[in-house]
Amino acid sequence: MAEEFHSSQPIYLQIMERVCQQIVRKELAPGAKLPSVREMALTFGVNPNTIQRTYQELERMEVVLVKRGQGTFVTEDTAKLMNLKRDMQRQIIQSYVNHLRELGFSNEEMKQGLSQFLKEDHDD
Amino acid sequence: MIEFHKVNKKYGFNHVLKDISFTIHPGKIIGLVGPNGSGKSTILKLISGLTYPSSGDVNVLGELANRRIASKVIYLTEADSFYPSFTVKDMLNFYESQFADFDQEKAIELLHFMKLNDSMKIRSLSKGNRGRLKLVLALARKAPILLLDEPFSGLDPMVRDSLVQGLLSFIDFEKQTVLMATHEIEEVEPVLDELIMIENGSYLGQYHVETIREEKGLSIKEWMKEKYKG
Repeated sequence: MAEEFHSSQPIYLQIMERVCQQIVRKELAPGAKLPSVREMALTFGVNPNTIQRTYQELERMEVVLVKRGQGTFVTEDTAKLMNLKRDMQRQIIQSYVNHLRELGFSNEEMKQGLSQFLKEDHDD
Repeated sequence: MIEFHKVNKKYGFNHVLKDISFTIHPGKIIGLVGPNGSGKSTILKLISGLTYPSSGDVNVLGELANRRIASKVIYLTEADSFYPSFTVKDMLNFYESQFADFDQEKAIELLHFMKLNDSMKIRSLSKGNRGRLKLVLALARKAPILLLDEPFSGLDPMVRDSLVQGLLSFIDFEKQTVLMATHEIEEVEPVLDELIMIENGSYLGQYHVETIREEKGLSIKEWMKEKYKG
């Protein structure tokens, strides 16, 4: 079935993000083979050239590697996987901080808010 | 490869295409968009050699488009031309007799994919299933150029979805180029590589859809609205 996308962002980026999430969650383990371009195109209901672009970008980020004639695989390099995880965390923190800054929160308030939230969330 | 070079088309005093030039590279899915009456179908007819330019050249796969191009171009018109008393199977056999590149095996695979029964009579098919059958007949051919004229018009979302999946599953991207005229852009924007925009017979431009999303942060539909307003 075709997946839904935000229509105002490049689709190749949105699919990249989903693949990265799967890698960080270990749904795609280190060394695992990614589906073929055609399979991915069908899963997401998008043009195969878009998936090609996604895979190229992931390869450029060194998150996956292409083995000639065999397919595309998640890297087994733990340092690179850690980097990916940290980058994704950073992005989320960045957007958290940006949103609160827009509302006029100070750094101290942000930290307090976050630890308060985590405490309550933990108590549940 | 499809090339339009300064193409004009007049029907009497009606100037339907004005000085149109563009190039389509192979292995892509291109959307041909524009309001009704802007000349989309005329462009498809020129490529399939069903009509000729009043001036300028239409080159398809390195030769001037004429009726002989029919063996290399699949043209799915907006209207269907089925014989109501035929069964689906008869229709397949008819196509096989008309087109040397028609692949029966692939056609049968496509019928399964589209959940069509080959013993059904054309007249008993729903509108959605007629739309599916049209695409089956088109995709069962191996010709390198596939022209689709409003393949989704009047069909419900379920049918559209199955047509899109059919396109993605059965097009040979190494060898086939698809040009589809449509105004239902939302349905197809995830499968398009490029857009060719026309308005009132004039060429507005050719755009890579991911670049539009990336550079403008707009959906193709929003962006088109802006384009056509300006």
